Amino acid sequence: MSNAHPVPFRAILRHVLLIAGAALMLAPFIWMISTASKPQTEIFSSELHLIPHRFALAENLREAFAKANLLRFLLNGVIVTVSIFVLQVMVALPAAYALAKLRFLGRETLFALVLFGILIPPQATAIPVFLLLHKIGLLDSYAALVLPFTISVFGIFLMRQFFKTVPDDLVDAARMDGISEFGIVWRVMLPAAIPAVTAFGIFSVVAHWNDYFWPLIVLNSEHLRTPPLAVAHFRNNEAGTSYGPLMAAAMVIIAPLVIAFLFAQRRFIEGITLTGIK
Amino acid sequence: MSDGSMTIGAAVAPTGTMRRTLPAHGSRRTHAAYALVTPAAALMLVMLLGPLAGVIALSFTDYQLGAPHISWIGLANYQDLFADKVFWTALRNTLTYVVIVVPGAVIAGLAIALLIQSGTSLRSLYRTIYFLPVMATLIAMAVVWEFMLHPQFGLVNGLLRSAGLPAFAWLQDRSTALYALCAIGIWQAVGFNMVLFLAGLVSIPKQLYEAAEIDGASSGWARFRLVTWPMLGPVTTFVVVISGIRSFQVFDTVHVLTKGGPSKSTEVLIHTMYTEGFEFFRSGYAAAITVVFLVFVLALTLIKSRLADRGVHYT
Repeated sequence: MSNAHPVPFRAILRHVLLIAGAALMLAPFIWMISTASKPQTEIFSSELHLIPHRFALAENLREAFAKANLLRFLLNGVIVTVSIFVLQVMVALPAAYALAKLRFLGRETLFALVLFGILIPPQATAIPVFLLLHKIGLLDSYAALVLPFTISVFGIFLMRQFFKTVPDDLVDAARMDGISEFGIVWRVMLPAAIPAVTAFGIFSVVAHWNDYFWPLIVLNSEHLRTPPLAVAHFRNNEAGTSYGPLMAAAMVIIAPLVIAFLFAQRRFIEGITLTGIK
Repeated sequence: MSDGSMTIGAAVAPTGTMRRTLPAHGSRRTHAAYALVTPAAALMLVMLLGPLAGVIALSFTDYQLGAPHISWIGLANYQDLFADKVFWTALRNTLTYVVIVVPGAVIAGLAIALLIQSGTSLRSLYRTIYFLPVMATLIAMAVVWEFMLHPQFGLVNGLLRSAGLPAFAWLQDRSTALYALCAIGIWQAVGFNMVLFLAGLVSIPKQLYEAAEIDGASSGWARFRLVTWPMLGPVTTFVVVISGIRSFQVFDTVHVLTKGGPSKSTEVLIHTMYTEGFEFFRSGYAAAITVVFLVFVLALTLIKSRLADRGVHYT
């Protein structure tokens, strides 16, 4: 430890360590892009090189889109995640408002159940929910992908905590204006809660876009596949033969969220770490 | 405020002033409250609490999907389970996974957070990079990892060979497969833990460091030991438990990369549950596995609340 230049030495060491770690973190992404850009012959060569001698990204992408209906799967991802989020908000916001601002018999019990519900991991309820969907003939449908997640106890908890911070005066003023309790939820509370709803939305969309377990269980039909299922099937059908298109398909599947994240990282980090509260 | 309410609704004025004592108004609002919570309460019952009770009840039955009968068989599923070698393998593998991934992802997450916070330049760039794996669809990245770990054409073995080291068939070898999955698990979880630690670090008051320095804690290590580590206590507990619960749920990478193999070396609890429940449709037996899983997860949660209570006392 020299006292002459402690600051530059430390700063350099910090960057060296962080860059080394960053290289480890980024390696799979770089390797994915590199492989997706290589022609078959270069992928199956034991000589290690990152930058392809001949760029074949377009070819690999074309093959990926030809072998699997990726656009359809991306669209499924959008339909499912957006439906889940919209329904979660429609169910959770009124309940959160009632729990935060209204008095009624059973409020404490309901809130205790919400807190308890947060502790239940999604895998725990899979078998009975599956049997239920089987019973009512809803397996292998968008409904099977969406319905079980329309209730987000975590969303109720989060919004209830947020609504607690909204001043009662605002609610009273709205009542004076003759707005019904139902109207207050959507016309007063929702606008006030946009930041919290956004964070919850990011949390919800990311979780369900990336979910593999549930779609795997309830889906059979190819046309309903969500992005993660699509990659898994692509891999099972093509692994060992066409890594270029497979890596291109992986790129396409992670692209929407990764790009959105790069544009709004602060919001995304905020939204994802909400799970930390759980 | 009273001005406004007076002018807006003279008719409502009496209710406004003595709202609490007027039952008519109060009960209308109570009705509204029930209407507002009903959809959520009903869905909670059908999709969460009912199924939770259901899974426990099912674990005492011999139910199989499509079977005409269902009968109460008491603890027979659990007896079968505890007599099954595959269950013990799955439990041991799951615990091994947790015991490797939790310290790995927590220590790495803390180290990265400390490094990022120790300087001012490029903070958000580093944070973004380390957080990237959390965002990327795990299934897609698992497929990428599989190719990185490819015995002949993968990046990892390529680097090992060029360094003159022996190469491995990572995911195909029963002695390395579970550890390869652990590495992927750590890679994916580090960024999440880092962000939680960063939030914890930011909230430590600067004065504490100044006070520690006055008391002679001049080295970085002394400051870490005397201020950072104790102040991060609650966050650390929290991160450890969250990582533990998440690791217990490991499934995606196992299912897509190894299916529990080779020779059950990567079989984990949720994967066994999936196979029994959704491939063989032995619902009752799979429910018993779920209950065992639940016991572990809830135990972790209890540890968290116990430790969290203790943490509150000294801050």
